[in-house]
Amino acid sequence: MKSSSAFPRVMLQIVMIVIAILFMAPFYFLLVNSVKSLGDILTNAASWPETWVWSNYANAWRITRFTEAFGNSLVITIAGILLIALFSAMAAYRMVRSNTLLNRIQFTLFVAAMVVPFQSIMIPLLQVIKGLGINNSIPGLILCYLGLGVPLAIFLLHGFVKSIPLEMEEAALVDGAKPYVVFWRIVIPLLQPMLVTVIILNCLWIWNDYLLPSLVLQSQHLRTIPIATFAFFGQYTKQWDLALPTLVLGITPILLFFLSLQKYIVEGITSGSVKG
Amino acid sequence: MSRKKRGAFLQQLVYTGPVSIFFILVILVPFAMGMYYSFTNWNGISGEVDWVGFENFRTIFMQDNAFRTAFWFTVRFTVASVILTNLVGFSLAYVLTRPLKGRNVLRTLFFMPNVIGGLLLGFIWQFIFVKGFATLGEITGLAFFQLPWLGDEPTGFWAIVIVFVWQSAGYLMVIYIASINNVSREVLEAASIDGASRWQVLRSIILPLIMPAVTVCLFLTISWSFKMFDLNLSLTKGGPFRSTESLALNIYVESFQNNKYGLGTAKALLFFIVVATVTLFQVRLTKSKEVEA
Repeated sequence: MKSSSAFPRVMLQIVMIVIAILFMAPFYFLLVNSVKSLGDILTNAASWPETWVWSNYANAWRITRFTEAFGNSLVITIAGILLIALFSAMAAYRMVRSNTLLNRIQFTLFVAAMVVPFQSIMIPLLQVIKGLGINNSIPGLILCYLGLGVPLAIFLLHGFVKSIPLEMEEAALVDGAKPYVVFWRIVIPLLQPMLVTVIILNCLWIWNDYLLPSLVLQSQHLRTIPIATFAFFGQYTKQWDLALPTLVLGITPILLFFLSLQKYIVEGITSGSVKG
Repeated sequence: MSRKKRGAFLQQLVYTGPVSIFFILVILVPFAMGMYYSFTNWNGISGEVDWVGFENFRTIFMQDNAFRTAFWFTVRFTVASVILTNLVGFSLAYVLTRPLKGRNVLRTLFFMPNVIGGLLLGFIWQFIFVKGFATLGEITGLAFFQLPWLGDEPTGFWAIVIVFVWQSAGYLMVIYIASINNVSREVLEAASIDGASRWQVLRSIILPLIMPAVTVCLFLTISWSFKMFDLNLSLTKGGPFRSTESLALNIYVESFQNNKYGLGTAKALLFFIVVATVTLFQVRLTKSKEVEA
């Protein structure tokens, strides 16, 4: 082991840096060309911009109605993650603490549902949504996310509740606390690490999802960022001077989210996958 | 007593009622309806739904060339991307668990593509393949960059594999790093005192001890790549001439562009059976290879 320390370590360091640069190269192409004129992009896509065409961004913002799309994505994602976390925590808690046949069957069904691909239910799901009269609405979409999101969330939280000792809840009950207060004041805070995992996994999924919202939401004013981006590419093919700023706008919110919360995200993914 | 029972029933209702309703409306009922529709000729628009028995399945197996192409495309894609993503993800993790300078920054960079959705990544890479590679080809003269990227089946296939690996390797890296860090120091030190080479340590100690992580990573990559849709839609749209169409995209096209909902749900049912079988089989297989330290 000793012989392999000094020189190869420097080599390895350099190799990793080179790989990292290659890995990041697509972002260079994206950013640099997003501020060029179409002519400059077509002549040389690798060069530094000669003139900086910031109006590309203003145009992209206007065409994709970015403010609206961003708002829709935000509302859908926040409502989705909070409701999934809350309802899954309630159900997982009950399923662990009350070990009845009904609850065991329910839990088995939720676990089994995790292998059902979305394509296998999407067509009839749209029928159900239309039948309920909530097609083409944000609440209708959120209902779909709740149904699709709770199985994994319950699975993760179920395992976590099992590791929480009963004593604290029992002590609180003896002191005269109501069962719902015990859940809200004692169980929820104890579940926090796994709730963070659930929220992060669902946040990345819902924010980036294209297929489901594209099927449920038809109105232009309900578009999310992925739908607005797709619609843009359908309309303006090869207009790279507008397409690239659109893409930069589209990825910026989630990248900022990641960079500011990366510690939690990485931890969340680790504990979410060890269970799965 | 009956008051207590009522209380318990009420609590059951409050705690598990909401998720049961979501589950029934969004998964259970659609899944059952899908099974029924797959034996009909429903076109999604008219109210007319006729029972056709196994006709849809006969069509899929006997006449549907596009489905057969999509099936083999998906199988080849899954094999290539599962192997490559795990190799890259594990190698990054293996190197970045050693004391390198700036390894936390490197970990962040390698993970970053993963938080961006497949649809937007596909569009970004469409530009890279079409314009970026063309420019690099002119500058470097390398044949690799001068291929007709996204213009024919082989380059379309490998383009999607490249983007998939680029997107997913960081996620696996995170899982493998956590797992490698769990391998006990004492075991590794004992091995190096006994004169084991780095390769022997990797093969005979690290790999067997991180098999739980391998199970998870194989499960994730198989199910992601089998269900791959967004990248396909934004990179090649299945073209040219439906040669790079994944199963998920094939089902989508059949249902929403050809308006053959009956046929689409039949394909979706087969898709479910294949996905469930493959993932369960894989978990069984790798679970049997896990060892205790």
